[in-house]
Order: sequence, then structure tokens, then C-alpha cells
Amino acid sequence: MGHYEAPIREPIITGDKSYHDITLDVAAPIEGKANKSWYIAFTIALIAFLWGIGSIAYTIGTGIGVWGLNNRINWAWDITNFVWWVGIGHAGTLISAVLLLFRQKWRMGINRSAEAMTIFAVFQAGLFPLIHMGRIWNGFYTLPVPNPLGSLWVNFNSPLLWDVFAISTYLSVSLVFWWTGLLPDFAMIRDRATKPFQKKIYSLVSFGWSGKAKDWQRFEEVSLVLAGLATPLVLSVHTIVSFDFATSVIPGWHSTVYPPYFVAGAVFSGFAMVQTLLLIMRKVSNLEDYITRVHVENMNKVILVTGGIVTVAYLSELFVGWYTGSSYEDFVYLSVGAATGPYWWAFWSLIICNSIIPQLFWFKKIRRNYIWTFIIAIFINIGMWFERFDIIVINLSRGHLPSSWTQFSPTFVDIGIFVGTIGFFFVLFLLYARTFPVIAQAEVKSILKSSGNNFKRERDNPSAVKTEVKKEPVVIKQEIVKEEKIIEKPIVDVDDKQAKTNSLLESLGTFDAAKDKADNLKKISGIGPVMEKTLNQIGIYTFAQVSKMTNKEYDLLDSITGSFPGRAQRDDWAGQANKLKS
Amino acid sequence: MSSKVIHALYDDDDVLLNAVKEVRAAHHHIDEVYTPFPVHGLDKAMGIPPTRLAIMAFIFGVTGLAFSIWFLNNIMIVDWPQNIGGKPSFSFLENMPAFVPVMFEMTVFFSAHLMVITFYMRSKIWPFQTADNPDPRTTDDKFLMEVAVDGNEDALIALLEKTGAEEISVKEKH
Repeated sequence: MGHYEAPIREPIITGDKSYHDITLDVAAPIEGKANKSWYIAFTIALIAFLWGIGSIAYTIGTGIGVWGLNNRINWAWDITNFVWWVGIGHAGTLISAVLLLFRQKWRMGINRSAEAMTIFAVFQAGLFPLIHMGRIWNGFYTLPVPNPLGSLWVNFNSPLLWDVFAISTYLSVSLVFWWTGLLPDFAMIRDRATKPFQKKIYSLVSFGWSGKAKDWQRFEEVSLVLAGLATPLVLSVHTIVSFDFATSVIPGWHSTVYPPYFVAGAVFSGFAMVQTLLLIMRKVSNLEDYITRVHVENMNKVILVTGGIVTVAYLSELFVGWYTGSSYEDFVYLSVGAATGPYWWAFWSLIICNSIIPQLFWFKKIRRNYIWTFIIAIFINIGMWFERFDIIVINLSRGHLPSSWTQFSPTFVDIGIFVGTIGFFFVLFLLYARTFPVIAQAEVKSILKSSGNNFKRERDNPSAVKTEVKKEPVVIKQEIVKEEKIIEKPIVDVDDKQAKTNSLLESLGTFDAAKDKADNLKKISGIGPVMEKTLNQIGIYTFAQVSKMTNKEYDLLDSITGSFPGRAQRDDWAGQANKLKS
Repeated sequence: MSSKVIHALYDDDDVLLNAVKEVRAAHHHIDEVYTPFPVHGLDKAMGIPPTRLAIMAFIFGVTGLAFSIWFLNNIMIVDWPQNIGGKPSFSFLENMPAFVPVMFEMTVFFSAHLMVITFYMRSKIWPFQTADNPDPRTTDDKFLMEVAVDGNEDALIALLEKTGAEEISVKEKH
């Protein structure tokens, strides 16, 4: 019905899902308990994070001199890591914003995690501009705030100040974009929550979302406008980051290709990180039906395109370096000098990891293979780190004046801070994976009918559609009917009913009001307020009781209540209660 | 005016959409529809006027741009017109290229945040707000249509039954 899609398109939701299945799959990691491997991973990340905190504290306490920087190379690992993390963040916005503008349905399985990755990566990036300051306690002077120094302002000519505006705008806009998208999913968790604490938390974070028609209309408009704003934002942020270098006079940095080339590199490295994370996540969180081979292949295609753009940029840098006729341009960054100088290993790591290895994705077998994708994605992460390292360090190591030529080697503090940010990133991401709906379930449900494999199968083969049994609608006039009436009405033979009730309770176990606590049976799909009342009158109050129901008990229940025949069985109350019980 | 509403529960978005059309054709007032995900075409079927949030976003963006121009001009040209690295500080236009990044960011910042805040205020969603969807299943996989009872209750129930409702309940209006 109105869900035409070209038959050539592969399904992007597999496993014959229904709307309710999606709910269950998304809620499972949140409602369940973390397993051992999660705790192991979390502990490792936490230790790395703590080591990083130690390194940062040591830097601030002792001075920037504990890093490997020198007079000439005054930016190295700090800004390399900053640009690397900002770049990683860009894929999240690309997936949620750009792919939304292009109406790419496959984004829906991955956008939530990609946005989470953005936000956590920008956190890490945001650390470096702070901790690389010599006097971090004066950091607030970067903000143009009226002050008693005659109102001493900041200088808006500096790309480092533009960075402050770009990064803070980017982080805050990404955060509200992400959070607004989370509201319906938090509401879903809230409405399912069985533990009071959980219920309270998800009620708080879902902001009272109720899914009204008007709210959805606004929600979609806001998503679209935010996507429209986030797309130029994401381009501008990495452009502004590239201005840190491009607006300088340093040969190798002063280049007009940097803005688009940095953005392409950001998308390239960001997608590689998304692959790295999601290939693990789909296994660990059982999301194989939502993050499928199609998603992986599509992302690999984006990697291939952006990797190609990056390679073209390398070649154009090399060409212009030669074409300009400037002797300074001839031996920095991607020129022959860089390839044969003291940093030849960093140079060739960059070329091999970014321009050669990703070309394997031209082969369909490789780009649809999870293991290959994972390995290549790791190489890209490494290669893109080297790209920033090369741009920054090689160019600084050999400038205009040969007397200030020098080299850089990092100290354990440089390394410790970088490892610490990786740890912090994974601490946040692992916590996220256990507490947030990692798939945008509301969005996935909206494409289920066009892209679910079961719906596609039925559309391709209409004769296979199983004709659904027309269910009689259940009419409940609850508030109006007096309570006594409900008790009185269905009882025809009191003795017979009592006998049946007793035998039903015998197999389900009785409820002792003094000892047990009654559950909210309405949580079971198929039990409304009236049914709950009826069940309570019979003596069924808890999920534990309902979970013991089998076909025999269902029949007994039907004959006692005389209403909704077969309903309980169809809805699988026992199965539902079993899940709710814990 | 009756004080009753009918909640009709559906388990499919297409069925719901048809039901909304039928109920509207029969001239009943649909108070509200609660759905677990955006059902495309629902607002049109219900006759909800389009939202003006995008217009507001544009106005907020223009405000942000205007603010940033005033702000940058005031700081860089009016208050302390200093020579920083030979950049011309005699007029706004002369040094404008250096201001573009911040002007752009502030336009986006104002537009995005003020629009989202407007959305939250208009839809009454914020922390500590309690949800008012009448049935918890409407955030999972059920679709609920709330129709005001106006006139013949049984006829309305019969109509809703015909539209494929899975569960119909009559409630006092809260």
C-alpha cells in the first residue's frame, strides 16, 4: 500500500521484523545486563582514560615542556590529534544530515551511533585546544566577554578564534540535533521501563514526548532544517580547522585546496571510524538485522569516493608544488623531499594507508566483506592520523631558514594524552551503547514497509501474502461501566467459574498481597485496563504468574472471562511477561 | 458537547491513515493521533496546517547574522581599531573576509538553537514534562486515534469498528 520501491534495491532491514520486533531489539541492550566482554572493554578504556588524565595533569602542573615540542615544531601531536578527532566527528553529521537531505534510507540504521561518535569525538578534539595552551587558566580570554580591562576584546582575525566559534557551534548543534532525534526513542524506553528508577530517568530525558501528530510534523521539519543547517556547518567547521594551516605563510601549509581537501579527509576518516565501531557493535548488540552488508557496502563506497578526492588532492599538491616554481614548496609536505627526507616513513604510511589500500574497495567482494572492511578501516584511521602529522610536522621541520631545521620526537606525555583520549572516547561510547537506544527505532520503523525484507518479499510475490484473519475489534467502555458490573456481568455459573479459577491459580501460583508486589500488567501488549482488572479479580497480579501460562491456562482464562478468545495466545502474554519479569 | 472521547487503537499505519480519512469524511472531530513514528501524510489527512518552524529558523538566522555583524564591527572597528598583522581595520568591509567564518557560525548557531527551543516550547516538551500519551503501546507499535464523541456514540463506534480498529475504548474526557 503506497510503499513502492524499485525491486533492484536490496532490503536494509532483514530478519522479517515487525514494528514490535524493532522495539524489542533496540530496547534489549538497555533492559538487559552488560556481559563480561563489555566490562573488560570498559575497564581497559577506563585505565587508558585515567592514564590520559594523569598525563594532562602532569602537563598542566609542570608545563608544556614535558611534551616533545621544540622552538620550531611548536605544534605536533596536540594539533594532529585535535584535527584527527574533529575529522572523525564529521562522518556522524554527514550521515545524519547530508544523507537525510539526499533521502538515503540506509542512514537510519547507523545515524544514531554515528552522531554519538561525532559528539564523543568532538569532546576529545575539544580537549586539545585547551590543554595545549601554556596558560590554560587564562583560556576564558578567548571569549569576547565584557571585562574590567577596558573591555579588552579578542582578535577576530585569527583562525584559532574562529575555531573556538566553529567547534562550540558544531558541538552544541550536533548535540541538540542528536537529542531531538532521541526523544521518541527515549519515550519508547520510558513506556517499556519496568524498574522505577529507569522509568524516572527515561521520563526525564524524553522530555514528555507523546508522539502526537502535530509534534511529529514539527519534529520532521526541525530534523530537515537542522540537517540543512548542519550540512554547511560540517563543511565550515573543518574548513575553519584547515584555515589554521591554510592562512599561514608556511610553505606546505599555505594552500587554497585545504578547505575542501580537509573536509573530504574528515569524511574519509570519519566513515572509517564508523565502520570500525559499527562492525563490532552489530555483533555485540545483536544488530545484524539493522546494520547489514548493504550499510557496510554503502559506507565503503563513500570511503572510496572521499579517499579518491583525498588522493586527487595529494596529487594536486604535488603538482602545484612543482608548478609554482617556488624552491620552498618543492621539498615540503607531499613533494619529493618529504618522500625521501627524515620523515619518509610517515609520508609513505600516509600514501599506502590512504591512497593505495582503500582502492581495494573497488572489488565488490572486498567491500561487502566485514573482515576486510574492518582491516581497511583500521588502516585508514592510521593513515589519516599520519596525514595530519605529516602536514603539521614535516612542514614545520623544514621551513624557510635552514638554520632552524629540526626534528620532532614525542615524549610519553604526548603519547599518554592521545591514548587517554582514545580511552575517554571508548568509555563514553561503551556507556552510550548500554544506556541509549543505539538504533533510531522511530526512523527505522518508518522505512520498514519499504525496505524490510519480509515486506519486499511480499511485494515481489503478492501470492505469498498470507491473508490475515480479520480480528473482531474489542470494544471497551471502561469508565462508564460501574466496577460491580464487570464482576457481575460475565459470571454465569458461579461455582463452575470458581472451580476453573482455582485450577488456573493452581498452575500459576497464588498472589499473596502481604508478601508479593503487584505488577503493572498493562505493560503486556494485549492487556488493557479492563483486562488487568479482570485478571486481578481472578487473582493474577504478577508477571511471574502470567509467564507460567501455557495453552491450557489460556483456554481456562478464556472460558472464565468469556471475552477476547485466543487473544492471550496470539499476543504471547507468557513470553512478554517472562521478559518483563526481570 | 459530550464529555466522552473514543480511543481507537490500530496496529498498522496504513490502516490508521485510511481510518483518519474515513472519520474525517464522516465529519467527526479527531482530537489527536498518537503514533510511534512519523506516519507520512498523516498531518495532511488530519488537516493539520503546515508548521512555520522553518520560517522562524530563517528569521533566527537573519537575527544571528545581524548580531554578529554588529558585534564584530563594534569590537574590531569601533572599539579598538588596532593594527594586527597589517589587517585593515578602518572599516568593516575592508576586513570583512576575516569576519566571514564567525558571521557564518553565528548565523547557524542562532538559527539552529532558537528553532529547537521554539519547537520545544510549542510542542511543550522539556525536562520534567510528563508524557500524555494515553496508552504506553503507542510508542511501541500501536497507533491511537482519539475522537470526540459528538452525538450518536454507537454509530461512531460502529464506524470505527469498520475502519479496522483493533481496540476501541470509550473514556471520560480528562
